[in-house]
Amino acid sequence: MRKIRKITLTAVGWLGLFTGIFWSCHHDNPDPQPGPTGSLQLAFDNVVGNTDLQLNTENYTNAGGELFKVTTLNYYVTNIRLKRADGSAYVIPQDSSYFLVKEAEPASQRIMLKNIPVGNYTEVSYLIGVDSLRNTMDVSKRTGVLDPSGGMTGGMYWDWNSGYIHFKMEGTSPQAPVTASGKVFLYHIGLFGGYRTKTINNLRTIALPFGATTVRVTENGVVPKVTIQADVLKVFEGSMKLRIAVNADIMVSSLSSGVADNYARMFQIATIKTD
Amino acid sequence: MTRWQHVGILAAIVFYGFAVGCQNDSGKDGPVEPEPKPVEFKATPYNWKKPANFDDPHYDFTKNPLTVEGVALGKTLFYDGILSRDGAITCAFCHQSFSGFAHNDHALSHGIGDKIGTRNVPGIQNVAWTRAFFWDGGIVDLDLLPIAPIQNPVEMGDSLANVLKKIRASGQYPALFKAAFGTEEVTTERFLKALSQFMLTMVSANSKYDKYSRKETGASLTESELRGLALFKANCSGCHTGELFTDQSFRNNGLRMQLANSKDFDLGRYQITLNLDDYNKFRVPSLRNVERTSPYMHDGRFQTLEQVLEHYINDVQDTPQLDPLLKKSGKPGIALTTTDKADLLAFLRTLTDDEYIRDRRFQPD
Repeated sequence: MRKIRKITLTAVGWLGLFTGIFWSCHHDNPDPQPGPTGSLQLAFDNVVGNTDLQLNTENYTNAGGELFKVTTLNYYVTNIRLKRADGSAYVIPQDSSYFLVKEAEPASQRIMLKNIPVGNYTEVSYLIGVDSLRNTMDVSKRTGVLDPSGGMTGGMYWDWNSGYIHFKMEGTSPQAPVTASGKVFLYHIGLFGGYRTKTINNLRTIALPFGATTVRVTENGVVPKVTIQADVLKVFEGSMKLRIAVNADIMVSSLSSGVADNYARMFQIATIKTD
Repeated sequence: MTRWQHVGILAAIVFYGFAVGCQNDSGKDGPVEPEPKPVEFKATPYNWKKPANFDDPHYDFTKNPLTVEGVALGKTLFYDGILSRDGAITCAFCHQSFSGFAHNDHALSHGIGDKIGTRNVPGIQNVAWTRAFFWDGGIVDLDLLPIAPIQNPVEMGDSLANVLKKIRASGQYPALFKAAFGTEEVTTERFLKALSQFMLTMVSANSKYDKYSRKETGASLTESELRGLALFKANCSGCHTGELFTDQSFRNNGLRMQLANSKDFDLGRYQITLNLDDYNKFRVPSLRNVERTSPYMHDGRFQTLEQVLEHYINDVQDTPQLDPLLKKSGKPGIALTTTDKADLLAFLRTLTDDEYIRDRRFQPD
């Protein structure tokens, strides 16, 4: 009898322990999404025209007939939104909405968006670059791909003119002028509008409608995969005719906006996999 | 066991459940300490005081509360060559206490491998009030400043990532980080905020002028210094404003253009804003400790304060960017007699803060 009572008491005790844990912490972990959620994958595929981009080895030709190789291609994909058919949108929470796509790191090209309310989506939009709010935040908020120590960012931060580089493309070209580091072209596009003094704002929003395909996010079904192609040739072609021979080095300069306008048009939906 | 003992055990277990469940909750529901009590981490708050004659600081201390341990860590880092690629260049290599944490020996900053930079080393003082750093204001957050000299190939020539790696591998630092921040983890944020903590303690507010300004007992200025102060107010304080002796703006003060053969023709503020109006404009520097911070101007072209005054009297260049305050009478420059000049210099020397320059708290241990 005594033994049974002891066991009962222990069981009640354990129950109390767990009840304590759950009750006491209910307010700590509010469910971020009321209702069921699912996932969606964005995959970035950097291409040159019709071929897959190969770093360092392949020669390509831009619209100006200039031969070039690409050695680096990095860009920030941030502030992702998913639009629904009724025009409303799901905005990925700020702290989960900063990604750095690097051609040299295949894993960085696949972005898994989680905790998305289930439903049908018709468009994805995102910023290329780091918005002005994040660009001016306390260093405690600059973690992961935003860590200015470059552990992961690999030189996507200007230390002398505080701010992130939104888009970076580097390469070599026989048309480039000779510099100490060889015949190279360097396009480092940053600038977010300035802290207190207004500067150029090179943030660009990319909106890509899914067209005829309905992207259905479900709780347990197949995770839809949206593949976005980014065509390097478009960086040279657009409102600005970018020629390596003329402008091999564009960083903090008024020309940077032209490059941003060009690369804003380099993205398109390639495939949507829903099964 | 009696019934009451059982009830007691049960209550304790439930209570324990609450305690365990709420560990992330910074204990606001009343934490129950396990026995024996672990030594609780608590850094000692640093008693940072705003000088009576200063405005409220610009730096947001709530984001980086100063602690004795944090300041000590920052100071150790400030005086450690581990921040540079070759281990030789400390912050203090350029920012020397006896020159008001500026540098006297080189017109332009002298860094790793005897490389020479493009600008004159500015003094470090009163950074808690500074709204923009560097001659062009490219940095507006003190916490982000140290990355620039660390990564500049002609200053410390390293990368922040590598410096953090070296610090993690060092013998002394993990313990110092633990003392300052509770764990041994070395992060970008902790590293930068520790350096900020030390620099924020570097307040210079005990010059002869300050004591006069605060009407402290026995503090007075000489006749000549007082005449200099009046001249200063009339002719200089439009830019060198208030108790910080700078309005923290960017202006063109009519310096002669650099020589045509200068490879680093410096566009100043324009490099940050790309605004043509900012061509050749530079941050108005504070004049505190100015007697010690020779050479002068963004490119260190003047060795003495006499030369500086001579520039303002006789050599201000009339360009479209010239600051209107330097052309008040329609003619560029400031009209001063020889006596005026002597009085003004006497006043500027009252801005020297020997207590600051000799303060043991800012010297290497």
